[in-house]
Amino acid sequence: MVEHDIDESEQKLDAEVAPALIAVHPYQKFVSVAVGSDLRVFSFQHGSAAQLSDDTGGHKDSIRAIRYSKSGNLFVSGGDDKLVKVWDTDSWRCVYSVVSEKRVTSLAVSGDDKFVSFADKFGVVYVVDIGDYDDENRATVHKKAVPILSHYCSIITRLDFSPDGRYIISADRDFKIRVTLFSKERLEGAHEIQCFCLGHTEFVCSLAFPRSQDYARGLLVSGSGDSTVRLWDYNSGSLLDTCEIGTKAGLSNSNQKQEDALPAVTDLCETCDGSMVAAAIQRTLSIAKVVSIAGETFIPTSISAASSVPLLWMVMGASSLSATDSTLLARVRVVSGLGADHSEPIVPETSVVEDKEVPGGEPLLQALQGRLTINEEASLTTAEAVKTAMHNLLIKKQYSAERRDFRKRGRNDKKIKP
Amino acid sequence: MLEHDSFSNPTTHSKTTGLPRKRFYRARAHSNPLSDSHFLVPISPAHFENDCTAHFPKFFPNGSKKIEFADIGCGFGGLLISLATLFPDTLMIGMELRDKVTEYVKERILALRASSPGRYDNVSVVRTNSMKYIPNYFEKAQLTKMFFLFPDPHFKEKNHRRRVISPHLLDEYAYVLKVDGIIYTISDVEELGAWMKGCLDDHELFEPLTEEELAADPVVELLSTATEEGQKVARNEGQTFRAVYRRIASARPR
Repeated sequence: MVEHDIDESEQKLDAEVAPALIAVHPYQKFVSVAVGSDLRVFSFQHGSAAQLSDDTGGHKDSIRAIRYSKSGNLFVSGGDDKLVKVWDTDSWRCVYSVVSEKRVTSLAVSGDDKFVSFADKFGVVYVVDIGDYDDENRATVHKKAVPILSHYCSIITRLDFSPDGRYIISADRDFKIRVTLFSKERLEGAHEIQCFCLGHTEFVCSLAFPRSQDYARGLLVSGSGDSTVRLWDYNSGSLLDTCEIGTKAGLSNSNQKQEDALPAVTDLCETCDGSMVAAAIQRTLSIAKVVSIAGETFIPTSISAASSVPLLWMVMGASSLSATDSTLLARVRVVSGLGADHSEPIVPETSVVEDKEVPGGEPLLQALQGRLTINEEASLTTAEAVKTAMHNLLIKKQYSAERRDFRKRGRNDKKIKP
Repeated sequence: MLEHDSFSNPTTHSKTTGLPRKRFYRARAHSNPLSDSHFLVPISPAHFENDCTAHFPKFFPNGSKKIEFADIGCGFGGLLISLATLFPDTLMIGMELRDKVTEYVKERILALRASSPGRYDNVSVVRTNSMKYIPNYFEKAQLTKMFFLFPDPHFKEKNHRRRVISPHLLDEYAYVLKVDGIIYTISDVEELGAWMKGCLDDHELFEPLTEEELAADPVVELLSTATEEGQKVARNEGQTFRAVYRRIASARPR
């Protein structure tokens, strides 16, 4: 009888809930939102949702990662259906489809649009050569991926090519960030590790690359479940600075003794001029200063910005837990006033933009959110779903002692005493 | 007659030599390298340096030395004990996943330090999963020797990824090994020996030692004789398969 109860609660947690993702085209030509297996793209040029065409019928299961390439010509998506799709952003046709052995957890595109890299749930990082892209070819081409490195048995939460193109940087759930030399000669294996950036005490979930005049060498910012944002030199792996972002945002309460007292950083994004990094924290958003999103329950699960326009796009959402929800909900908000020139005497205020003022207006919100307005109740259920999603994704499942013994009942070398 | 006492009131150490007795530290031969056991892992090599005061009290905190030898999966510590006296000025550490076995090695080292003062101060053991956390313990190019003696063969093909020598893990071992550092592997399972040799041959950062170099290295002999596994193989007159390679600099442009 006890076993039944354990089964049910386990099943609830086992249902894989995926957080919503947002990505903005570098020149803000498009904004994409991925919720569950649904990929929604809004085109500013046409003022309406873009039609995606894919020979294989799109993604069949939750999408876990989406990115635009630096040039904006390509868009990649991948997730639990073990597929990585590369889309041409002019026609929104799926030009490449890559099969992965395991579920895909993160994606990156190299700066020169020649390589797509993805990581699977088991910690292996693969590379696909897409340098032979031919836009005359109308059919989706199936490509093979080659494994180049791995984090042993660790879910890779974030993958990136360094801006100078020399390294591939991978961050995992076991607090590590690995910087490995990458080049087209190393397509069969990226064996030379440049350094490790070690210092986080919880899963690392996001990376960003700020640019600074004073520091010519590579800067890397990482956000983690330990509620800190850290600054590193990725050539040497040395930790340059740590920001206790949870405390700064005034969110953590030192009197609390609960386990989840520390709000985790859920995503990072550099502003268009690279001078600041925005961090989405489990309850709010922080950009050097704190921007609270008043008036509704909003937990940004993913943030993105164009490199040309000083706006920050945020989304909150998750694929639904219960079968009753038909529309996958995502709430999109925009923050303006970023990337301002600091030499100006008056710095414009960073604030959340009202729905009416959002670029693209109502058609954009309609296309990306699934519906125009989202009432408070729906917001709350989405917020709960989001918390579950982040928890499942990033925190290792802890089994109770009875549950562990129950799972071991099949072993024949050690008898479990009843 | 004295043994009688130890049954009703067992002491874990032998009365005559002061060394711990294996029967009180029995453990399964296999431990799951994929599970995250609840042992403490240092956040970074700099943090581990602080722990080294407990491991090597005569050398830290004012020491300028760093650990140079690592025995991965050191088992009951046979190799480390032999190496400790062969290289008295070098710091070495064993890494082992099973906690009972790690306790045994700890006790053995403490007992040896007590019975032979001035010796065995340079060796210690830590309980950890070296397949996941090696970069947490050692800096880039810190080690000069790494040992993988009689690793778990994981015969089934689906378990091959649990083998301690694999193409991807060699990246990490190459990272912590200095250029010209040596990696020593040995197994009594022919298929595993061939696998390890194959992985090392294919890896661009390792090259095999020549016959002359092998003959000149005093450590090579210890691989098959110093450990309990090795002695068991010799008793059963089994064959061993050795692969000893040197870490080289990459030939690729940076």
